[in-house]
Amino acid sequence: MRGRGFWAASAALLAAGLAFTELADNPYYFNATYVVLQALIMAVAWNILGGFTGYVNFGSAAFFAVGAYTTIFLQKAFGLPLPLMILAAGLACGLIGLGVGYLTLRLKGVYFAIATLAMGIVLETLVNNWSYVGGAKGTFMLTPDEHLWFDSYSEMLFMIMLVLALGSIAISRALSSSRLGRGLAAIRDDEVAAECSGVPTLRLKLVSTTVMGAMMGVAGAPYPYFVTYVDPISAFNLFIAVNAIAMPMIGGTSHWAGPVIGALLVGSAQEVITVTISSELNVLLVGIMLVLFITLAPQGIVGLARKHWRKRS
Amino acid sequence: MFSADLLANAVVSGLLLGGFYAAVAIGLAIVFGQLDIVNIAHPAFVIVGSYTAYIFNTTFGFDPILVGVAAMPLFFAVGVAIYRLYYAAFERTGQESLSGLAFFFGLMFIIEVTLILAYGVDYRLVSAGYSAQTLSIGFVDLPGRMLVPFLVAMTLTAAVWLYLSRTFMGRAIQAVAQDRGALQLMGADPVRIKQWAFGLGIATAAIAGALLIIIGPVEPSVGRQYIGRVFAIVVLGGMGSIQGMLIAALLLGVTENLVSTFYGPSWSPAVAFGVLLATLAIRPAGLFGR
Repeated sequence: MRGRGFWAASAALLAAGLAFTELADNPYYFNATYVVLQALIMAVAWNILGGFTGYVNFGSAAFFAVGAYTTIFLQKAFGLPLPLMILAAGLACGLIGLGVGYLTLRLKGVYFAIATLAMGIVLETLVNNWSYVGGAKGTFMLTPDEHLWFDSYSEMLFMIMLVLALGSIAISRALSSSRLGRGLAAIRDDEVAAECSGVPTLRLKLVSTTVMGAMMGVAGAPYPYFVTYVDPISAFNLFIAVNAIAMPMIGGTSHWAGPVIGALLVGSAQEVITVTISSELNVLLVGIMLVLFITLAPQGIVGLARKHWRKRS
Repeated sequence: MFSADLLANAVVSGLLLGGFYAAVAIGLAIVFGQLDIVNIAHPAFVIVGSYTAYIFNTTFGFDPILVGVAAMPLFFAVGVAIYRLYYAAFERTGQESLSGLAFFFGLMFIIEVTLILAYGVDYRLVSAGYSAQTLSIGFVDLPGRMLVPFLVAMTLTAAVWLYLSRTFMGRAIQAVAQDRGALQLMGADPVRIKQWAFGLGIATAAIAGALLIIIGPVEPSVGRQYIGRVFAIVVLGGMGSIQGMLIAALLLGVTENLVSTFYGPSWSPAVAFGVLLATLAIRPAGLFGR
């Protein structure tokens, strides 16, 4: 997709979102799309590190939870407005991402992946023992009364999430098609060779982990207002981390559109299955789809489409 | 608050706990330490072992440890099958790093959710004659539900150590870790040896699972807490060294127990992961690096 087409499509989606909030009344639609969009941001963010550089992050849920808990903390301490909280959550998680980036100096491959998993549990234990934000018992969040010109608060949250999602896709797309993105791809293919050819690998990895962290924090920031009750078990849920990995893997990790396709497909399927069959089965389905795709179609849907295209031409 | 007998009890029960950790980690010490396969689903297999023990204990009244031993061949076969799949899909094409990791991550998730669908999230437990008894030496208590798993874990560790260092197959497993090509030149098939070793690693999970459910009640997501523990133990022990693994396991058990006695049990999960993070960041070769 060329530059102008991408921006036109984004503007059209934004307009469609606005029209949707005017026309639809059923709050279920907004809640369902919110969940899909939240997963989409997480998937796009995961892919910026996992897909572009090949470093696997198992701690996505931790970034998400830190974003959510930043909102809770700031709400309790200062009562800031939501946009500022989203910004603060992005900053906090960006900093953690930067720290994780420095881990890559010593830890390659699987060791890095295990370290991110470990980081998640350490952070969860800290939150469990931090009574100011509710500790293990969790905490309730009151939904503010004003919601701009929207009919309800959930409509506004949906619109905020749509803007954030489009922003994340734009950032991911800009990263992948820039000089920086080619450097990241060089790291994925052979880090030592890239370093030898003059690619500033550490700086690129730091940029990629920081952007990933910030994006995940931003995705988590509105979450307390969406669910109104947050406890460590739901915020650090493994399901969030599995989704963040499964969606890019199913969509295809090598292209910026991969996680978007994967998230829309898997996310919508989850919503449909939750409503029609059961929510446990939808969790199981993601695991099975993940395993099936990486064994049978490691390049994901994008890879399958490319193969199909090449055959025809 | 601080007293000598409290400290002595904390250290002793930490050692018992650490010995049990060795049983959980030993399968991973073979699979991850020797074969470099990142089986993060190992704790999930341990939980399957616990549920196997639970089912046979509650319906037929069999002893959980006997069930664990009897289930070993079945677990071995499952391990072999999983390795065949892993080899065909990832190792042969050289994609084990990213896709292989995600594969085991997905496998862990599938096992956990399947157990939840079948048995719910209630805590399950087994009954065995020795679990309620306590052996007291001076002011130190040795509860049976900890002592018996400790002894079984030590037997298992010793058996695996003997197997790896004394038998032909055991040495071949260690050889495949060191130099695959050289092993091939000696006329041994690395894939067959790795598949045997992987099966062995999963088979130990049957016993570890039985021990886990003797120590305390089990529900499907308990396995997740063990991911950090087992990887901390294997990495700290220096990847694949069985003696190093045992020392690391005892060390972690004692540290965790001291933290939980003097600071409160809610902090103890962070110990293993903290140790793991510190080891990875400061000395990735572990205490007894190869």
